[in-house]
Amino acid sequence: MGLLDQKFESSNVVITTMDDLLNWARLSSLWQMQFGLACCAIEMMAASASNFDMMRFGVIPRATPRQCDVMIVSGTVTLKMASRIKRLYDQMSEPRYVISMGSCSNCGGPYWEHGYHVLKGVDRVIPVDVYVPGCPPRPEALIEGLIKLQEKIRNESLVQKKAV
Amino acid sequence: MTAQEIHDILKAQFGDAVLEAKLENVPDPFAKVQADRILDIAAFVRGDERLQFDYLMCLSGVDYKGKLGVTYHLYSMVHRHKFVLKVEVPTDAPNVPSVESVWKTADWHEREAFDLYGLNFTGHPDLRRILLPYDWEGHPLRKDYQTPEYYNGMKVPY
Amino acid sequence: MTETTETIKTSTGRVLRTEEMVVNMGPQHPSTHGVLRLEVVLDGEIVVDVIPHMGYLHRCFEKHCEHMTSYQQVVPYVDRMDYVASMTNEMAYAVAAEKLLKIEVPERVHYIRIIMSELQRIASHLIAIGTFGIDMGAFTPFLYYFRDRERILELFEMTCGARLLYNYIWIGGLSHDLPPGFIEKTREFITDFKKTLKEVNDLLNYNEIFIKRTANVGVLPKDLAINYACSGPMLRGSGVSWDLRRDDPYTLYDRFEWDVIVGKGEMGTVGDVWDRNMVRQREMWESLRIIEQALASLPEGDVQKAIPKRIRPVPGDAYGRVEGPRGELGFYIVAEDSVTPYRIKARAPAFVNLSVINEISKGAMLADLVAIIGSIDIVLGEVDR
Repeated sequence: MGLLDQKFESSNVVITTMDDLLNWARLSSLWQMQFGLACCAIEMMAASASNFDMMRFGVIPRATPRQCDVMIVSGTVTLKMASRIKRLYDQMSEPRYVISMGSCSNCGGPYWEHGYHVLKGVDRVIPVDVYVPGCPPRPEALIEGLIKLQEKIRNESLVQKKAV
Repeated sequence: MTAQEIHDILKAQFGDAVLEAKLENVPDPFAKVQADRILDIAAFVRGDERLQFDYLMCLSGVDYKGKLGVTYHLYSMVHRHKFVLKVEVPTDAPNVPSVESVWKTADWHEREAFDLYGLNFTGHPDLRRILLPYDWEGHPLRKDYQTPEYYNGMKVPY
Repeated sequence: MTETTETIKTSTGRVLRTEEMVVNMGPQHPSTHGVLRLEVVLDGEIVVDVIPHMGYLHRCFEKHCEHMTSYQQVVPYVDRMDYVASMTNEMAYAVAAEKLLKIEVPERVHYIRIIMSELQRIASHLIAIGTFGIDMGAFTPFLYYFRDRERILELFEMTCGARLLYNYIWIGGLSHDLPPGFIEKTREFITDFKKTLKEVNDLLNYNEIFIKRTANVGVLPKDLAINYACSGPMLRGSGVSWDLRRDDPYTLYDRFEWDVIVGKGEMGTVGDVWDRNMVRQREMWESLRIIEQALASLPEGDVQKAIPKRIRPVPGDAYGRVEGPRGELGFYIVAEDSVTPYRIKARAPAFVNLSVINEISKGAMLADLVAIIGSIDIVLGEVDR
């Protein structure tokens, strides 16, 4: 039990808001959609492998979009791939998040000028929550982006009624 | 075998189909040949005992502005010699016989050259686009290519 | 295709139809190593036909080259072509451009290039075998190998400041000399890495399950491999003793002592998936041998002496090739009287190696197809360019 048994002495009741509880649960198990596009995918692999171990943040790669919470767009999105990314995004269940990793998926990167077949930014087809700059971003940068996303989730409210 | 000897064999076999050659003071010695004879020449250089070019290293399309070209980089694993064949065709009738039946590796290289340059490889069993989407218009590596404004509702320029 | 001779009936007497079906695999699939899409025609579980569809990562490399303002500017784009082995890409481009420009580079540059590209070969093979292990259901080797790959990346990082895409090998020289401490750290790495290499070799390659999945699968015969112009571990796995480092030497590879590894069909037929994987595994030992020798005899010199200030070649063309981790990586450069390349074609080994997939996977099971893709070791950045 580590730290918890030091904090609670006699009671087994924890008081929190529904929002905080749900958000805590959601941000601690962000399942990631397992697909790599380009160079950044190698850094994403490195981030989930031994040295950086992204799984300690609860990020587990899943091969099907139905089980995923976050899509990491890791690399250049081409026009041929764009419709597939849109489809994969549509197949994810809400609430869903997108991290755009690397310059290419942020804005076209080094291919912005003469890339006749490159989509200049994945945000032209799907909404993006966090942009991670770099070409390619280091694994630390990706983890930083992930923590930023967790902060965003922490401040959301699922319970509050919203105008649709 | 030196480039000069290879060229002499080709010249002896095909005569006028071998147009011009540059064999000295160039990084890779080459011979230009008639485009409509390339399949015969390819079959000959692969089968001939003295040449045995069994390995097609690379097949590249080139746009020479007004003309389209195909460059064949040949290598022989047996004799360990290299040679380069070049053909040129007019842009408005870019027909080159396919060498897919001689070297299987030419299959995808030719599809790529068709995709990016619009070279029409006659006799190719499956000549369709390989890199770009099937509904793409134009051949992007041509020097006069204009990038489209939109593709399937997505804006292409930055 | 197998012919169904007798009709299959359910217990209630209903006759089942049997027909071929098409299964789509990719572009988002955990074992297509990127964005490859395969259209697989299946007869039950047997693969009848595989139709690859590429281009999901076509980033217009060749168009970019024609728009650069100098030959050196192409190098960062070359990096992004085969992003798993950027150093050898740069090396190939530098070799081709130096052939075109007739530049002689100092010996020290050659030695450092060899050290870097051999380290890169190891790093690339580590990814290839690690991810291939995952495809075959073995997760541990991936973690072991990525741990050691990070140490190679650290060496690269201390040399040029980048982890993955280096822009290190320039035409005529290098962007930086070796930093202090590089040689000692590399020696340390080699000592440690030999242990991992042995450990994982025993853990993965001689694992009974792994052998069952890979031996006699996806056999590529010798003459077919040559006709398809396969190269690298693909070709050597089929028993052809062929390595450009030995057979068409570039830089100074002829000064070092090492062996060309070929597949011998120890676990099954020559040219099966196990052989191809094992060629990669054993090649890493040879790369270590080359690095050790190069480190021991590293000459002194200025690594930037031969870098041309302004490149304006004589009109002409040149094709230069090197042995990359995946095979023969060539660049065909056409120059006109200008500072901009007129045409650069990349002969990507993964592109050529992949074209053989339909031939070698006919008659295999669908699950074997995953093994075959993994053993070809494709990098889609290079296939699509």
